Amino acid sequence: MSDDALLRVENLVKHFPIMRGIVFQRQVGKVHAVDGISFSIKRGETLGLVGESGCGKSTTGRAVLQLHKPTAGKVFLDGVELTALKSEELRRMRRKMQIIFQDPYASLNPRMTVGEIIGEALFIHENLRGKQLQERVQDLLRLVGLNPVFTSRYPHEFSGGQRQRIGIARALALQPLLVVCDEPISALDVSIQAQVINLLEDLQQELNLTYLFIAHDLSMVKHFSNRVAVMYLGKIVELAQRDELYQSSLHPYTQALLSAVPIPDPVLEEKRQRIILKGEVPSPINPPSGCRFRTRCPLVQEICAEKEPEFREAAPQHWVACHMV
Amino acid sequence: MTDILSVSNLETSFKTQDGRVYAVNGVSFSLKEGETLGVVGESGCGKSVTMLSVMGLIAVPPGKVSADQLTFLGKDLLSMTKEEIRALRGSQMSMIFQDPMTSFNPVLTIGKQITEPLVIHRGLSQRDANRRAAEMLALVGIPNPQDRLSDYPHQFSGGMRQRAMIAMALVCDPKMLIADEPTTALDVTIQAQLLDLIRRLRGEMGMSIIWITHDLGIIAGLAQRVIVMYGGYIIEEAPVKDLYANPCHPYTLGLLNSLPRMNEMGRRRLESIEGLPPVLFEKPAYCPFKDRCRFVFDHCRTENPPLKLVGDRHFAACWLDLKTGRERL
Repeated sequence: MSDDALLRVENLVKHFPIMRGIVFQRQVGKVHAVDGISFSIKRGETLGLVGESGCGKSTTGRAVLQLHKPTAGKVFLDGVELTALKSEELRRMRRKMQIIFQDPYASLNPRMTVGEIIGEALFIHENLRGKQLQERVQDLLRLVGLNPVFTSRYPHEFSGGQRQRIGIARALALQPLLVVCDEPISALDVSIQAQVINLLEDLQQELNLTYLFIAHDLSMVKHFSNRVAVMYLGKIVELAQRDELYQSSLHPYTQALLSAVPIPDPVLEEKRQRIILKGEVPSPINPPSGCRFRTRCPLVQEICAEKEPEFREAAPQHWVACHMV
Repeated sequence: MTDILSVSNLETSFKTQDGRVYAVNGVSFSLKEGETLGVVGESGCGKSVTMLSVMGLIAVPPGKVSADQLTFLGKDLLSMTKEEIRALRGSQMSMIFQDPMTSFNPVLTIGKQITEPLVIHRGLSQRDANRRAAEMLALVGIPNPQDRLSDYPHQFSGGMRQRAMIAMALVCDPKMLIADEPTTALDVTIQAQLLDLIRRLRGEMGMSIIWITHDLGIIAGLAQRVIVMYGGYIIEEAPVKDLYANPCHPYTLGLLNSLPRMNEMGRRRLESIEGLPPVLFEKPAYCPFKDRCRFVFDHCRTENPPLKLVGDRHFAACWLDLKTGRERL
């Protein structure tokens, strides 16, 4: 992997224990949320991470930021190994990495004003007070396209799209290098989604941000990302440049996923061949042996149950994990 | 083709603490036999309230529903008693909802809930009803249907619950199915399974469908005719191909341009519609879209444009002809 990578993730694993009992708790199993994934993101690049609900894409985002402590694996940000840091050192690194959450209603404290929400990090990390703090907050509001007089208002006075802008201003307050966008638009109406996506694009240009863009909307991921990784049940099954992935995907899951996305064009829709997958995603508590996609895969063979497919470079810069490719 | 449903000048409003909210403002449309009609709009545009009004599912008060005409299968729904409408609901007209978890009763088995309309409307015995319900579950693709009848809703996954809801809605062979965003909460591969199922069933059962959604992609592959709603008004209506190829209202045009396309090469900046959808505390004497419209001019501020014929079976409510840039008279 190249040296200009801002973020490098090696063999990241996150398992959640399942506990039974009230006084004498014992572990009876574990959820394999993320099971050994590796990727890197270059400076100024956007990596799209797609998959269906429960595939581990949000857990990946949080484990990268050390919001969930990874079970195993290493995460490097700007050359520093986050997974080896002590809590005080990690706290100082946090200013370089921020997150924008999915739900703009749940992710803003309803008892804090907009000024307090956006200014909190500046207060803590940069020791700004009074007028200085006020000015920085107003600059940030202007940056995300909100009126700077809003600082003393509360979140409930804003619409969903405006709240998401507040969430973005909060994430950008400390001028981070990496921003994890965890489904930032899926709670918004169609006409508002484009507003927020355009804002994120402008900010990336202006501030040279690096994004990990987590989403389930494949057409938006195509629009927004430089490279795209597809996850299924805790594993990355395919990773490639955006156009390469959408035009010549190799993994049968990616192919099915792409063919399932409705295209807003009735003439195209009429002629389209869809791959309809059978069944549903198996439980991550007890994932299938070998290849995890084999229970739904149209190309399944015996080897798929016996051996886990290796994640390998099948074409230049195009990684895939499938026996049949 | 005959009309299954015809609605004329439907108005629904709600009394709230802040005053009366006008949710549906003089909506007229019809549904033909065997047709799939798409209803598109953002949250709060009145698409769900319109259909709930048709089904007689609006609580009065706080709601208030009126219409010049509301006929279903030639019968006047306005003059019917509650009992008569209840006899139609679930047998002749059915509805499926967005969230299958909250629309099933959690303390009754799936089997009990699917057989209920059969026992009530068709007078079947519980045993015959069970047999029919199991057939229906098999039809929508649930494995071991006989055993699953005694399961509770929480034992089903999201996709299976939505299938079970479709089975429940279709068990009495209704003439009309109203689907209110039934795939929004589901993953794309499961959504594709369900859309495939609906396309198959509507052919086999000869149903008419009204499909409510905010997703212009789903409508493109499913509907024959589309209604676009904004602020409680129908602002455009057209055959599906015509609507996508030749949108005649700035809002429809804006929606289509704000979507990223999977089949598109390169990167294009998405067109955004600035501002927010309105909440109407009065019936506007202006175009409800005027504050967000790129093409707004004087007439839009003084009079609300009516829905006018602008092409072959294509209607739009706009004072401007987008093609010529001239005012429409």
